[in-house]
Amino acid sequence: MRPGGAAAPTAAASAARPARPVILVAGNPNSGKSTLFNALTGAHVKVGNYPGVTVTRTTAVLDLPGVGSVELVDLPGTYSLAARSRDEQVAVDAVLGRGGGRPDAVLIVADATSLARNLYFANEVLETGSKVVIALNMYDEARTGGIDIDVTQLAARLGAMVVPIVARTGEGLGALRSALATALLAPRRHAAALALSEETRRDIDSLALVVDREMPTQHDTSRAWATWVLLSIDETTPDDLSGVPAPVRLAAQQIAREATAQGRNLDLEIIGARYRRVDAIVDETVRHRPPAGPTWTARIDSVLTHRVFGALIFIAVMLALFQALFTWSEPIITLIQASIASAQNALAGAMPPGPFTDLLADGVVAGVGNVVGFVPQIGLLFLFIGIMEDVGYLARVAFVIDRVMGGVGLHGKSFVPMLSGFSCAVPAVMATRTLENRTDRMLTMAVLPLMSCSARLPIYVLVIATVFRPEMRVFGFASAGAVTLLAMYLLSVTAALTAAAVLRRTVLRGPRPTLVLELPPYRRPVMRVLLQNTWRQVRAFLIDAGTTILALTIIVWAVLSYPRDKTLGAHFASERAAIERTEAPGAERDARLDALAGQEHGDYLRGSMGGHLGRWIEPALAPLGFDWRIGVGILGAFTAREVFVSTMGIVFDINGADEQSQPLRVALRAAKRADGTPLMTPLTGVSLMVFFVLACQCGSTLAVVRRESGSWAWPAFMFAYQTTLAYVASLIVYQGGRFLGFGS
Amino acid sequence: MSASRRSLATLPLGIEAVVRGVHSVRPVARRLMELGLVPGTRVQITRVAPLGDPLELRLRNYALSIRRSEALSIEVDEPQG
Repeated sequence: MRPGGAAAPTAAASAARPARPVILVAGNPNSGKSTLFNALTGAHVKVGNYPGVTVTRTTAVLDLPGVGSVELVDLPGTYSLAARSRDEQVAVDAVLGRGGGRPDAVLIVADATSLARNLYFANEVLETGSKVVIALNMYDEARTGGIDIDVTQLAARLGAMVVPIVARTGEGLGALRSALATALLAPRRHAAALALSEETRRDIDSLALVVDREMPTQHDTSRAWATWVLLSIDETTPDDLSGVPAPVRLAAQQIAREATAQGRNLDLEIIGARYRRVDAIVDETVRHRPPAGPTWTARIDSVLTHRVFGALIFIAVMLALFQALFTWSEPIITLIQASIASAQNALAGAMPPGPFTDLLADGVVAGVGNVVGFVPQIGLLFLFIGIMEDVGYLARVAFVIDRVMGGVGLHGKSFVPMLSGFSCAVPAVMATRTLENRTDRMLTMAVLPLMSCSARLPIYVLVIATVFRPEMRVFGFASAGAVTLLAMYLLSVTAALTAAAVLRRTVLRGPRPTLVLELPPYRRPVMRVLLQNTWRQVRAFLIDAGTTILALTIIVWAVLSYPRDKTLGAHFASERAAIERTEAPGAERDARLDALAGQEHGDYLRGSMGGHLGRWIEPALAPLGFDWRIGVGILGAFTAREVFVSTMGIVFDINGADEQSQPLRVALRAAKRADGTPLMTPLTGVSLMVFFVLACQCGSTLAVVRRESGSWAWPAFMFAYQTTLAYVASLIVYQGGRFLGFGS
Repeated sequence: MSASRRSLATLPLGIEAVVRGVHSVRPVARRLMELGLVPGTRVQITRVAPLGDPLELRLRNYALSIRRSEALSIEVDEPQG
């Protein structure tokens, strides 16, 4: 141990401690915690009707009467403090004050309509001896639902201030501010005691002694720590209690073993004692009037989760979501692309030609376009998910589809992100935030790029139009192209679900996370908050992932453009001048200039690092049926898959090609391999499409996964497994096809 | 009045029963208990998802959805007569 090791953290913690008092905002998921935080502070914080929305630490400064400014910290919504997940760990650390001072007060947001479960959490916090103010949220809903709460009596029995509020309308917030100020000025209170059996009390006391010795800074909360460790320690996953000193851990395991040997269940003892206290308080202070009839939520649910209607509405809503992502974003994306193109032209016109202008126009501006192009889909997806979440339908989606997703080890909540993956993996990866369990979230993130996104479509269109004649039929009636396209989509879904099942049994092995899905009452969304949140997501994407995507685009552009032979530039300039001199302006001259431009770009590409790299990897690609030109296209597609098409245009000396471009199809059909055989046979085409279905050919997806997972390890793993999968699948398709005689 | 003991997963729809114990592996049992499924709690199945799983439970005045596999490990007493 280094000298002064024990004292240093305390000193550092008190020095780092802000001068203003800290109030934690804690509560169950769905308690309206974020709405309240938002209403109190005006900060742009996500509001949800779906558990686990707030995953990041959000703070804001608030002025309280008679106290001055205080710092409000929004904790992740959790059902308890004794916990497995990272969210709960964050909450525990903050409430018990590890790695910093203890909070000056805790504001607990409790849903008045399901008081007992919310008070369970409140009781846990009260056991730590913190000053607590309870905001009894959705008080209006409770009243209309026939729940009468004696607030004064409730406060007296709990030993905490209780303020009824309605966060969405702002009712009761003035009283809540005063209560917070009063709590801050009041002396610290005693920790709430549980009615435990003699044995359990002794267990906690003896562990508290070890905590006192090993964690001297936690003296005031040593019993709360001891209770928490006893409830959270698990012999099978010891690393979950990160930061708990080994002696405490060992002592807790010893105590738990002895209790089990005596036939006692400590979990049941502690949790049961808390609920006994809560139930006694609720019995005394809450009266339920019998409801007049089925609630609105029950009535709506009898339709929305109905065997037939529920399934039909589910399909309709998902189709609408899908349609919106695809078609509503399309005009905006086209507009963005058009403005990027005109910006590039304007730059090229206004600045002298040269490498710097090229960098700005083809590197930076194109990269910005690449980033901004994701915004419409991200915005729409988050708005849509936000509405479904706030209304309460997202939880029902998970309820309806969990059986299907569960079959391959996914969660019901994985469905919407997976579906969004058909449109674009980037917003879909961001949408996995609705999954509160990290394993579920990582699994969903790892497989959803296999869903065939809309950027793959131009590749399918180009390849199918190149290798299949329109009159080709399968089974006598179905167009070969249409069947192939359908097969690619089926392959992508099969691959995603299979990959999920395999990853669940290998990399993300372990017990399947419990499905705990709260089906909240249906509620009207607060539009202002929804829009604020959507904007927050877009802004976060632009800042965090956008910069990585921009950098990637510039790097790929440079690889495909440099080094550049100076004499080539001079050569093409004189050729261009010659055509402009000899030909009269008109279509003929434009066509010749266009052909020359195509040739010039093709020569640049062939001479670039990318061109050499393409030739260098050709031996590896040949077994898949690809030559170096396709290799260059695959490299270029790393900025965005559809760039494959324009890169192929450049490789084949065709200026400004897209997937509908006839000259590109003609050139591709005419292309020969080194041995003189045709390059783009139907077999090569299928092999190429299979490669694009499976390969993680998308730098933007990797950038956004890095941001969401917090490290490069996940994107690196995804890139490796998907590329391997793509390579092997294409190899089997091409070599198997040749063996079966489909080679020519 | 007697009571018959059974697994929550086999409880008929809309019948109220009383939790007697949660016998899942420890993390699952702990989680279910923390959500209020402690002995003595009244619970009923209010709905089954269209594909037969998960189940929607009503307990402590809120709606919780869990999978059949977890409901199997919850022992309940169904009041008779």
